[in-house]
Amino acid sequence: MVVREEAVLDAARLRADFPIFEQKINGRPLAYLNSAATSQKPRQVLAAMTEFYETSYSNVHRGVYTLGERATAGLEGAREKVRAFVNAPSEREIIFVRNATEGLNLVAYAYGLARLGPGDVVLATQLEHHSNFVPWQYVAGRTGAEFRIIPIDDNGDLLLDQVSELENVKVVAANVVSNSLGTIADTPRLAAWAHERGAILTCDAAQAAPHVRLDVQALGADFVAASGHKMCGPSGIGFLWGRTELLLEMEPFLLGGHMIRNVGDERTSWGELPAKFEAGTSPVAEAVGLGAAIDYLDAVGLEAVEAHEHRLAAYALGVLAEIPGITFYGPPPERRAGIVMFNVEGVHPHDMAQILDLDGIAIRAGHHCCQPLMRKLGVPATNRASFYLYTVPEEIDRLAAGVRRAQELMT
Amino acid sequence: MTDASFEDFYRENILDHYKNPHNHGLLEPNDAHAEGQNPLCGDEVSVSIRFAADGETIEEIGFEGRGCAVSQAATSMLTDIVKGRKASEVASMPKEEILGEVGIPLTPVRMKCAILGLGVVKVALNRSKGTPLPEEWQGLDID
Repeated sequence: MVVREEAVLDAARLRADFPIFEQKINGRPLAYLNSAATSQKPRQVLAAMTEFYETSYSNVHRGVYTLGERATAGLEGAREKVRAFVNAPSEREIIFVRNATEGLNLVAYAYGLARLGPGDVVLATQLEHHSNFVPWQYVAGRTGAEFRIIPIDDNGDLLLDQVSELENVKVVAANVVSNSLGTIADTPRLAAWAHERGAILTCDAAQAAPHVRLDVQALGADFVAASGHKMCGPSGIGFLWGRTELLLEMEPFLLGGHMIRNVGDERTSWGELPAKFEAGTSPVAEAVGLGAAIDYLDAVGLEAVEAHEHRLAAYALGVLAEIPGITFYGPPPERRAGIVMFNVEGVHPHDMAQILDLDGIAIRAGHHCCQPLMRKLGVPATNRASFYLYTVPEEIDRLAAGVRRAQELMT
Repeated sequence: MTDASFEDFYRENILDHYKNPHNHGLLEPNDAHAEGQNPLCGDEVSVSIRFAADGETIEEIGFEGRGCAVSQAATSMLTDIVKGRKASEVASMPKEEILGEVGIPLTPVRMKCAILGLGVVKVALNRSKGTPLPEEWQGLDID
């Protein structure tokens, strides 16, 4: 008999890797329940960046000297780590960008602007973060294409039947994991749906990369973008993966140094992949930090991270459900990443977040960069508590106590 | 400010205005009106104003809105403050005056909640009297 061992992690032990937890906030230990906005950074990432700056920093790709070679090795080593992390077929398909937003804008501008026109349809889900919604709405407007929304049900699942009659769909924009409801999407199914129609699928994986094993070949999408800062890496770096054949056909996005092959007085030819999409000096130390973050996540194991978050989400939904007047949004715990979105009758999320801060508890209050979703839910704002590999159940107990305290005060 | 005094203050000052807002309800007819949102949290405030016979002094003001306690309480406090003042005075009223009235330390994000009502009043005055807009409202599509 084969017993499948469940992946586990020791959050209390991992927590010791994160210097931010060594301080108190308003006299209390920090309960950081906003990792869906951005994650905290382990020492290993900070040390890798400091060491790189202290021993190997230089510009990349052009220096014919030892430091230049070290810096180039740092950047390209990080690219190989990202490639392996998302199981991309080739390093040429990994483009370093500032964050997922920039990666998604790259696709909207460099792919969408040249290929869309009147009569074409662009679809984005009702559950999109503004980063994969606004660029397509804008580019559709610029090109005369029609921009339509794929509606969702209460779990955050796509109601594809409601848009299946549309013709000339050229682009489908969707997330892999929702930053608000926490819903884990069925991306392979959506990719097949898009490809049947001759459309491309461009995915926002900013919320997926930190929490679930990403395999761009299994997802079946055409573009996948993520941010380093949500996955234990530094701010200022993210990546875009795209299929070689599409990247080769596309025009560049940003223009300038490094992305060229030959600059003539009249016209310029573009460099090879991925340089064609990496104009200007690269975020070299940030790439090294991202590489260290990937090493860290690989050592912990993303399967263990995912299982840990499912347990925390289930625990939070259970404890908070005892609070009168609470409303939850999103799917059952086994179908969501470590995100719990809720409202409490009589307490506006901003007041909730401020009162929780008195207890050293950080949550997000607002529209979570998802105004189309907020309209569907019929609320101006919600509370969102989100968990990561360093979150312990005691923090969720403190959250529940804080929510009760806020309710008592405000009502 | 300790937790206890913060809670007391919240309870006595802000919650009183939040739960029993002054000058609540829009005026019809009116001489000036505007609506505004805080894009960070979706808080909304609408104001309407009637001027006295001199056409300058705010004789009556009413508001409606939805949002956090700070945004709604601060707007309630503001309506008390501006009543009887001239449009030009209110247009140049510094945000510190309303922040002082709110009285609790606010993060930059929450400060935007506290000054939402003041911004909307200044937009209403700009429309009807041509007084200057506050910096943060300039260049926005607010019609």
